[in-house]
Amino acid sequence: MDKKYVPRITSFLCKWCSYTGADLAGTSRLQYPTAIIPIKVMCSSRVDPVFILRAFLKGSDGVLLGGCHPGDCHYETGNYHTRRRFAIVKTVFESLGLEAERIRLSWISASEGPKFARVANEFTETIIAMGENPVKKKIFL
Amino acid sequence: MVNELREAAGKLLDDGKVDLVIGWAKGSLPLASTPVFISSSDEADQLVFDSTCGNNLTVYFTKDNKKISRDRKKVGIFVKGCDSRSLVLNITEKQLKREDVTIIGVPCSGVIDTRKVRRKAEGREVLEYSQDGDTVTIKGKEFELSVPLEELLSNACLSCLRKDAEEYDLFIGEPRKFSGESDPYSDIEEYENLSADERWERMNEEYSKCIRCYACRNVCPSCYCNVCFVDQNDPQWIGKTPEITDTMIFHIIRNLHIAGRCVECGACERACPMDIRLLYLNRKVAKEVRERFGSDTGTDLDQKPAMADFREDENQDFIMG
Ligand code: SF4
Ligand code: SF4
Ligand code: FES
Repeated sequence: MDKKYVPRITSFLCKWCSYTGADLAGTSRLQYPTAIIPIKVMCSSRVDPVFILRAFLKGSDGVLLGGCHPGDCHYETGNYHTRRRFAIVKTVFESLGLEAERIRLSWISASEGPKFARVANEFTETIIAMGENPVKKKIFL
Repeated sequence: MVNELREAAGKLLDDGKVDLVIGWAKGSLPLASTPVFISSSDEADQLVFDSTCGNNLTVYFTKDNKKISRDRKKVGIFVKGCDSRSLVLNITEKQLKREDVTIIGVPCSGVIDTRKVRRKAEGREVLEYSQDGDTVTIKGKEFELSVPLEELLSNACLSCLRKDAEEYDLFIGEPRKFSGESDPYSDIEEYENLSADERWERMNEEYSKCIRCYACRNVCPSCYCNVCFVDQNDPQWIGKTPEITDTMIFHIIRNLHIAGRCVECGACERACPMDIRLLYLNRKVAKEVRERFGSDTGTDLDQKPAMADFREDENQDFIMG
């Protein structure tokens, strides 16, 4: 793969934990790839599966969803719903033969700057290893 | 059986237990019966029930006729096994109240897929359809065929384990109990074993036939949003074309919306004019919901629909760090 290849990873991060975690990674001067494109949402459960799907089918190479750890959601139970939903989104991706490894859900708290940086790096590497999202070539866009 | 059915409906109306009975009547074409609304006992002789009664009548509680529940009319409704599960689901979702509906179960031996009948007739017009037990007779000009019902059944019925309603106020005949013996998902397992590319091919082939008529959504009793996401313009979630990107988004999102809510009645697949195998994905998701969340849609009035529920200690093997 061409060294300069920078994937596009649309990342939905909840305001109370993961987004703040990303902020902390920044203020702690931890490096994470520019592939990550953060979008702030109020809660991980705000992310309708249609967001993930649209990001994916419209050409994102990966989609990251970040939320508070179970039990820590600012709205108490939001992330439990996210969890169930995400399981089904994965199932549907797999059933259609789409690459489910390109979507990822991680729990990252506001104090976990280093974890955010790790997840961002890991995920970007996975995506780089997988290459461009093949749906771009198939039929979409 | 037909007589019992008519009597039961007539009696409910005469006794003032219900104001309206929703059932099936003979249609103007031989292969399709039609939904019918009966409000007095002398109309009850229109009612029928046989393997052409494929409509899931529960749809009338949730769609255009939301009015029915708003006016709190007392309604009696005839249900097959799958229809009763829709009704239970809709009650758990608070679309209607259990006490406002009188559920009348009918013994179901499966409903037909009219396309399978037409295929048997090899393009000749079917003018008459009759059923005697497990054998069906199809007649047209200069031909007459005798076919086992099994060969004409809708795909949904082939894997159905709960053919008779489990939640009812009155049952015509003797309801059979749930038999959990066979594996309802053997067809899905076969599909799961295909490679990712083959699965993509298969689904692509199916969904690219879609003309976005939304018949599948309209007959589905679980699809009852006032404004469906496909009809919304601001924000516009998906393009309006029948191109594969747009149809794929439509089908995937519809699947996610009915996850844990699809009762696998097959009404959508039977309604589709393009003969798309919609049940593959529906049932794959239903299987996952059953295995992962242990919920059997529409079988328990006290259970929340799977996607509106959660357990704190649930398996989260799919979450990476
Ligand atoms: S999606 Fe199809 S099979 Fe499922 S409940 Fe709706 S009409 Fe029935
Ligand atoms: S009924 Fe068939 S053709 Fe019509 S929208 Fe549904 S899948 Fe597409
Ligand atoms: S607020 Fe972070 S997951 Fe709900």
